Amino acid sequence: MKHLILYFAFFVSSLGLSAQQGYNVGDVAEDFRLPNIDGKLYSLADIPNAQGFIVIFTCNHCPYSIAYEDRIIALHRKYQAKGWPVVAINPNDSVVQPADSWSAMKVRAREKSFPFLYLLDERQEVFPRFGATRTPHVYVLQKQENGSLKVAYIGAIDDNHKDAGAVNEAFLSNALDALMAGKTPEPSFTRAIGCSIKVKQ
Amino acid sequence: MRLPLSALIMGLALLALATPSLATVPEVRIKVVDFEGFKKELEAQDDTVRIINFWATWCLPCLKELPDFERTARERAGNRVAFIFVSLDNAEQLDTRVIPFLREREAPARHFLLDDPGANRWIPLVSGEWSGAIPATLIYRSGKRKFHEGMMSYDELNAQINGML
Repeated sequence: MKHLILYFAFFVSSLGLSAQQGYNVGDVAEDFRLPNIDGKLYSLADIPNAQGFIVIFTCNHCPYSIAYEDRIIALHRKYQAKGWPVVAINPNDSVVQPADSWSAMKVRAREKSFPFLYLLDERQEVFPRFGATRTPHVYVLQKQENGSLKVAYIGAIDDNHKDAGAVNEAFLSNALDALMAGKTPEPSFTRAIGCSIKVKQ
Repeated sequence: MRLPLSALIMGLALLALATPSLATVPEVRIKVVDFEGFKKELEAQDDTVRIINFWATWCLPCLKELPDFERTARERAGNRVAFIFVSLDNAEQLDTRVIPFLREREAPARHFLLDDPGANRWIPLVSGEWSGAIPATLIYRSGKRKFHEGMMSYDELNAQINGML
């Protein structure tokens, strides 16, 4: 009987593992080193005076990403000053989605004067570690006293991709405001429709 | 100057003549709904296997898997298998993008355009496993449910359907 319970417990926990890949809220995130559109390599550790980071997996081509571009710029402008910069990462393979190529990223960043880092996950090793599945997909990382990065929020920017003026719940801003006030974001996990990340074939 | 004008008039006349034949192209029936209006499609309690595919005209992997879904819909038409395609395109693009796209295609299926920005609320009602990325497919028959995020091949799709029948 004891064996059976143990076996069952193991079975359930392995189910849990297979169902959830990547980070959950509360996990410690690993830093990464990726090329920015300025040609330099960046790690989160290179960004000075940060309380945390708004890591957003996003890209050029996806209509949802495009719909959020101006809001991402505004979020960066507002929260960078408070120690929470946006770090955008394009996770897509440019063979599968040519509109998300390195050169196209540079063009788009120039057109929109992106004020934040726009990195390329060229080897597609970072987005799986996070568990990102779509663009845009947000991860808020909060710096701990020991310097580690705790995942504090995962999900959507807000609840209306089509119309920034019709947003009922600004999930990401609310989460950041909560963190800055020393509180736990509620909700700390949200979902949104997005473009699937284009994996190398 | 005269010749191009008369050519233009001729062209317009031809177009007008051609218009009635356009009407013989099957009309695309697509219902624009919010989640409240859609959710009964997730709750049917009969012995039909329902395949609900979430897609959009701008979603490359969605368009890539679509022919396999349409082929399956044609092959299994009438055999207790029903396909429901749910476009997540912007409702404003219904007439300019979605309907013209669907007009080119033929498969026994029902079409919806789900126009509901509150995705954080309704995504988990489709499936707790769904992160929100598309394509995504829910296959169910009364109480039995299978959810798949990402592309599905013809073989995968048919194996799932067979598993439900």
